Amino acid sequence: MTIDPDLQGRSYPAGETYSVGREAIRDFARAVKATHPAHYDVEAAAALGHRDLVAPPTFAIIVAQRADAQLIADPSAGIDFTRVVHADQRFVHHRPILAGDQLVAELHVDQVRAMGGGAMITTRAEISTVDGEPTATTTSSLLVRGEDQ
Amino acid sequence: MAVSISTLEVGQEIGSTTVDITRQDLVRYAGASGDLNPIHWNQAFAEGVGLPGVIAHGMFTMGSVVQLVTDWAGDPAAVVDYQTRFTKPVLVEDTTAEPGRPGAVVEVTGVVGAIDAERSTARIDLTVTFNGQKVLVKAQAVVKLP
Repeated sequence: MTIDPDLQGRSYPAGETYSVGREAIRDFARAVKATHPAHYDVEAAAALGHRDLVAPPTFAIIVAQRADAQLIADPSAGIDFTRVVHADQRFVHHRPILAGDQLVAELHVDQVRAMGGGAMITTRAEISTVDGEPTATTTSSLLVRGEDQ
Repeated sequence: MAVSISTLEVGQEIGSTTVDITRQDLVRYAGASGDLNPIHWNQAFAEGVGLPGVIAHGMFTMGSVVQLVTDWAGDPAAVVDYQTRFTKPVLVEDTTAEPGRPGAVVEVTGVVGAIDAERSTARIDLTVTFNGQKVLVKAQAVVKLP
Protein backbone atom coordinates (compact mmCIF):
# COMPACT_ATOMS: atom_id res chain seq x y z
CA MET A 1 0.00 0.00 0.00
CA THR A 2 1.22 3.50 -0.65
CA ILE A 3 -0.02 6.71 0.90
CA ASP A 4 -1.92 8.94 -1.49
CA PRO A 5 0.22 12.12 -1.78
CA ASP A 6 -2.93 14.16 -2.42
CA LEU A 7 -4.20 13.25 1.03
CA GLN A 8 -2.92 16.53 2.46
CA GLY A 9 -5.72 19.08 2.65
CA ARG A 10 -8.47 16.47 2.54
CA SER A 11 -11.38 16.81 5.01
CA TYR A 12 -13.97 14.39 6.26
CA PRO A 13 -17.30 15.84 7.39
CA ALA A 14 -18.68 15.17 10.85
CA GLY A 15 -19.89 11.60 11.18
CA GLU A 16 -22.12 10.14 13.85
CA THR A 17 -22.87 12.17 16.96
CA TYR A 18 -21.01 11.07 20.10
CA SER A 19 -23.22 11.39 23.14
CA VAL A 20 -21.09 11.95 26.27
CA GLY A 21 -22.54 9.83 29.07
CA ARG A 22 -21.76 9.94 32.79
CA GLU A 23 -20.81 6.27 32.87
CA ALA A 24 -18.48 6.75 29.88
CA ILE A 25 -16.71 9.56 31.78
CA ARG A 26 -16.49 7.41 34.92
CA ASP A 27 -15.22 4.40 32.95
CA PHE A 28 -12.63 6.46 31.09
CA ALA A 29 -11.51 8.18 34.31
CA ARG A 30 -11.06 4.78 36.00
CA ALA A 31 -9.19 3.54 32.92
CA VAL A 32 -6.61 6.36 33.17
CA LYS A 33 -6.53 6.00 36.98
CA ALA A 34 -7.91 9.49 37.51
CA THR A 35 -9.40 9.88 40.98
CA HIS A 36 -10.59 13.50 40.95
CA PRO A 37 -14.19 13.58 42.28
CA ALA A 38 -15.34 15.90 39.45
CA HIS A 39 -15.14 12.85 37.12
CA TYR A 40 -17.41 10.73 39.33
CA ASP A 41 -19.67 12.87 41.49
CA VAL A 42 -22.11 15.38 39.97
CA GLU A 43 -22.16 17.44 43.19
CA ALA A 44 -18.36 17.65 43.27
CA ALA A 45 -18.41 18.85 39.66
CA ALA A 46 -21.15 21.37 40.49
CA ALA A 47 -19.09 22.70 43.41
CA LEU A 48 -16.44 23.65 40.83
CA GLY A 49 -19.06 25.37 38.67
CA HIS A 50 -19.67 22.60 36.12
CA ARG A 51 -23.20 21.60 35.11
CA ASP A 52 -22.29 17.88 35.03
CA LEU A 53 -19.38 15.44 35.31
CA VAL A 54 -16.10 16.70 33.81
CA ALA A 55 -14.30 14.47 31.32
CA PRO A 56 -10.57 13.82 31.88
CA PRO A 57 -8.21 15.97 29.74
CA THR A 58 -7.62 13.18 27.18
CA PHE A 59 -11.23 11.96 26.91
CA ALA A 60 -11.60 13.66 23.51
CA ILE A 61 -9.33 10.96 22.05
CA ILE A 62 -12.42 8.73 21.83
CA VAL A 63 -14.10 11.20 19.50
CA ALA A 64 -10.85 12.02 17.65
CA GLN A 65 -9.96 8.38 17.00
CA ARG A 66 -13.46 7.71 15.64
CA ALA A 67 -12.86 10.57 13.21
CA ASP A 68 -9.38 9.20 12.36
CA ALA A 69 -10.99 5.82 11.68
CA GLN A 70 -12.85 7.39 8.74
CA LEU A 71 -9.51 8.26 7.16
CA ILE A 72 -7.84 4.94 7.98
CA ALA A 73 -10.84 3.03 6.61
CA ASP A 74 -10.89 5.09 3.40
CA PRO A 75 -9.32 2.76 0.80
CA SER A 76 -8.33 5.72 -1.37
CA ALA A 77 -6.05 7.04 1.45
CA GLY A 78 -3.85 3.92 1.24
CA ILE A 79 -3.14 3.59 4.98
CA ASP A 80 -2.28 0.13 6.34
CA PHE A 81 -3.69 0.24 9.91
CA THR A 82 -1.34 -2.50 11.14
CA ARG A 83 1.65 -0.27 10.34
CA VAL A 84 0.39 2.84 12.14
CA VAL A 85 2.31 4.17 15.17
CA HIS A 86 1.02 7.10 17.24
CA ALA A 87 3.81 9.72 17.14
CA ASP A 88 2.33 12.72 18.91
CA GLN A 89 -0.91 14.08 20.29
CA ARG A 90 -2.30 17.43 21.37
CA PHE A 91 -5.59 18.52 22.91
CA VAL A 92 -6.70 22.14 22.97
CA HIS A 93 -9.86 22.57 25.01
CA HIS A 94 -12.09 25.50 24.11
CA ARG A 95 -14.27 24.50 27.02
CA PRO A 96 -14.36 21.36 29.19
CA ILE A 97 -16.20 18.29 27.86
CA LEU A 98 -19.11 17.52 30.19
CA ALA A 99 -21.59 14.70 30.52
CA GLY A 100 -24.63 15.47 28.38
CA ASP A 101 -22.62 16.97 25.52
CA GLN A 102 -23.56 15.86 22.00
CA LEU A 103 -20.31 16.02 20.04
CA VAL A 104 -19.36 15.81 16.39
CA ALA A 105 -15.88 15.91 14.85
CA GLU A 106 -14.77 17.21 11.48
CA LEU A 107 -11.45 15.71 10.40
CA HIS A 108 -8.75 17.53 8.46
CA VAL A 109 -5.55 16.05 7.04
CA ASP A 110 -3.15 18.91 7.74
CA GLN A 111 0.13 17.40 6.60
CA VAL A 112 1.56 14.35 4.84
CA ARG A 113 5.34 13.96 4.84
CA ALA A 114 7.28 11.09 3.31
CA MET A 115 9.43 9.35 5.96
CA GLY A 116 11.73 6.68 4.63
CA GLY A 117 9.43 4.19 2.91
CA GLY A 118 6.45 5.38 4.92
CA ALA A 119 4.78 8.64 5.84
CA MET A 120 3.93 10.90 8.77
CA ILE A 121 0.30 12.01 8.62
CA THR A 122 -0.94 14.85 10.81
CA THR A 123 -4.68 15.02 11.34
CA ARG A 124 -6.78 17.58 13.18
CA ALA A 125 -10.23 16.92 14.58
CA GLU A 126 -12.40 19.96 15.20
CA ILE A 127 -14.80 18.81 17.88
CA SER A 128 -17.92 20.82 18.53
CA THR A 129 -21.39 20.31 19.92
CA VAL A 130 -24.16 19.53 17.45
CA ASP A 131 -25.25 23.15 18.01
CA GLY A 132 -21.90 24.35 16.66
CA GLU A 133 -20.17 25.37 19.91
CA PRO A 134 -16.40 24.68 19.53
CA THR A 135 -15.35 22.23 22.25
CA ALA A 136 -11.87 20.88 21.48
CA THR A 137 -9.27 20.75 18.75
CA THR A 138 -7.17 17.60 18.74
CA THR A 139 -4.07 17.06 16.63
CA SER A 140 -2.51 13.64 16.04
CA SER A 141 0.53 12.57 14.08
CA LEU A 142 0.45 9.01 12.85
CA LEU A 143 3.58 7.39 11.52
CA VAL A 144 2.77 4.81 8.85
CA ARG A 145 5.81 2.57 8.64
CA GLY A 146 7.01 1.57 5.18
CA GLU A 147 7.07 -2.07 4.05
CA ASP A 148 10.75 -2.50 4.99
CA GLN A 149 10.55 -0.74 8.40
CA MET B 1 -8.95 25.78 43.71
CA ALA B 2 -5.82 25.01 45.59
CA VAL B 3 -3.36 26.96 43.45
CA SER B 4 -3.15 30.62 42.49
CA ILE B 5 -1.13 31.94 39.56
CA SER B 6 0.39 34.73 41.65
CA THR B 7 2.22 32.32 43.94
CA LEU B 8 3.91 30.32 41.16
CA GLU B 9 7.51 30.55 40.01
CA VAL B 10 9.11 29.11 36.89
CA GLY B 11 11.16 26.06 37.83
CA GLN B 12 8.97 25.22 40.82
CA GLU B 13 8.17 21.53 41.16
CA ILE B 14 4.45 20.76 41.50
CA GLY B 15 5.03 17.19 42.65
CA SER B 16 5.82 13.71 41.48
CA THR B 17 4.11 10.36 41.45
CA THR B 18 4.26 6.87 39.99
CA VAL B 19 1.73 4.97 37.89
CA ASP B 20 1.63 1.19 38.33
CA ILE B 21 0.45 -0.60 35.19
CA THR B 22 -0.79 -4.16 34.75
CA ARG B 23 -2.03 -6.01 31.67
CA GLN B 24 -5.52 -5.70 33.16
CA ASP B 25 -5.16 -1.90 33.15
CA LEU B 26 -4.44 -2.05 29.42
CA VAL B 27 -7.52 -4.18 28.77
CA ARG B 28 -9.59 -1.70 30.78
CA TYR B 29 -8.15 1.22 28.80
CA ALA B 30 -8.75 -0.59 25.51
CA GLY B 31 -12.41 -1.04 26.44
CA ALA B 32 -12.94 2.49 27.75
CA SER B 33 -11.19 4.21 24.85
CA GLY B 34 -12.24 1.94 22.00
CA ASP B 35 -8.58 1.42 20.99
CA LEU B 36 -8.57 -2.36 20.59
CA ASN B 37 -5.20 -2.73 18.86
CA PRO B 38 -3.95 -6.21 19.98
CA ILE B 39 -0.38 -4.95 20.53
CA HIS B 40 -1.77 -3.66 23.85
CA TRP B 41 -3.12 -6.98 25.12
CA ASN B 42 -1.87 -9.94 23.06
CA GLN B 43 1.73 -11.12 23.52
CA ALA B 44 1.89 -13.22 20.34
CA PHE B 45 0.45 -10.43 18.21
CA ALA B 46 2.86 -7.86 19.69
CA GLU B 47 5.84 -10.12 19.05
CA GLY B 48 4.54 -10.82 15.55
CA VAL B 49 4.84 -7.14 14.61
CA GLY B 50 8.38 -6.94 16.01
CA LEU B 51 7.73 -5.60 19.51
CA PRO B 52 9.48 -7.18 22.52
CA GLY B 53 6.06 -7.72 24.12
CA VAL B 54 2.78 -6.04 25.02
CA ILE B 55 3.11 -2.27 25.28
CA ALA B 56 0.90 0.32 26.94
CA HIS B 57 -1.24 2.58 24.75
CA GLY B 58 0.64 5.88 24.39
CA MET B 59 -2.70 7.47 25.21
CA PHE B 60 -2.92 5.45 28.45
CA THR B 61 0.40 6.89 29.57
CA MET B 62 -0.53 10.39 28.44
CA GLY B 63 -3.93 10.14 30.11
CA SER B 64 -2.72 8.75 33.42
CA VAL B 65 0.28 11.00 34.08
CA VAL B 66 -1.73 14.22 33.67
CA GLN B 67 -3.58 13.40 36.87
CA LEU B 68 -0.58 14.90 38.69
CA VAL B 69 -1.53 18.22 37.08
CA THR B 70 -5.32 18.02 37.53
CA ASP B 71 -5.02 17.10 41.20
CA TRP B 72 -2.54 19.90 41.80
CA ALA B 73 -4.71 22.44 39.96
CA GLY B 74 -7.81 21.26 41.84
CA ASP B 75 -10.07 21.01 38.76
CA PRO B 76 -9.64 18.71 35.74
CA ALA B 77 -11.22 21.45 33.59
CA ALA B 78 -8.21 23.68 34.34
CA VAL B 79 -6.18 21.81 31.69
CA VAL B 80 -6.81 23.86 28.52
CA ASP B 81 -3.97 22.48 26.38
CA TYR B 82 -2.08 19.21 26.70
CA GLN B 83 0.41 17.71 24.29
CA THR B 84 3.17 15.16 24.03
CA ARG B 85 5.33 13.18 21.68
CA PHE B 86 5.54 9.43 22.15
CA THR B 87 9.17 8.35 21.91
CA LYS B 88 9.62 4.99 23.60
CA PRO B 89 7.13 2.21 24.34
CA VAL B 90 6.24 1.18 27.91
CA LEU B 91 6.63 -2.58 27.97
CA VAL B 92 4.14 -4.17 30.38
CA GLU B 93 5.15 -7.54 31.81
CA ASP B 94 2.46 -10.19 32.34
CA THR B 95 2.08 -10.35 36.14
CA THR B 96 -1.42 -11.85 36.07
CA ALA B 97 -0.30 -14.75 38.28
CA GLU B 98 1.08 -12.38 40.93
CA PRO B 99 -1.79 -10.11 42.01
CA GLY B 100 -0.55 -6.77 43.30
CA ARG B 101 2.71 -6.79 41.36
CA PRO B 102 2.73 -4.19 38.58
CA GLY B 103 3.89 -5.15 35.09
CA ALA B 104 5.47 -1.71 34.65
CA VAL B 105 5.99 1.42 36.73
CA VAL B 106 6.03 4.85 35.13
CA GLU B 107 7.48 7.80 37.04
CA VAL B 108 6.27 11.35 36.55
CA THR B 109 7.47 14.73 37.79
CA GLY B 110 5.93 18.12 37.01
CA VAL B 111 7.70 21.48 36.93
CA VAL B 112 6.34 24.95 36.16
CA GLY B 113 7.85 25.66 32.73
CA ALA B 114 6.30 29.03 31.93
CA ILE B 115 3.78 31.51 33.35
CA ASP B 116 1.52 33.79 31.31
CA ALA B 117 0.15 36.28 33.84
CA GLU B 118 -2.01 38.06 31.25
CA ARG B 119 -3.91 34.90 30.31
CA SER B 120 -3.60 33.52 33.83
CA THR B 121 -2.10 30.27 32.60
CA ALA B 122 0.89 28.19 33.62
CA ARG B 123 2.65 25.58 31.51
CA ILE B 124 3.53 22.45 33.44
CA ASP B 125 6.34 20.39 31.94
CA LEU B 126 6.11 16.69 32.75
CA THR B 127 9.07 14.37 32.85
CA VAL B 128 7.80 10.84 32.30
CA THR B 129 10.17 7.90 32.55
CA PHE B 130 10.03 4.12 32.48
CA ASN B 131 13.10 2.10 33.50
CA GLY B 132 15.07 5.36 33.62
CA GLN B 133 14.25 6.32 30.02
CA LYS B 134 11.95 9.12 28.86
CA VAL B 135 8.83 7.69 27.24
CA LEU B 136 7.08 11.01 26.61
CA VAL B 137 8.90 14.04 25.22
CA LYS B 138 7.67 17.64 25.33
CA ALA B 139 4.83 16.55 27.60
CA GLN B 140 3.29 19.92 28.43
CA ALA B 141 0.00 20.79 30.08
CA VAL B 142 -1.23 24.37 30.12
CA VAL B 143 -3.52 25.09 33.06
CA LYS B 144 -5.78 28.07 33.60
CA LEU B 145 -5.59 29.21 37.19
CA PRO B 146 -7.37 31.85 39.25
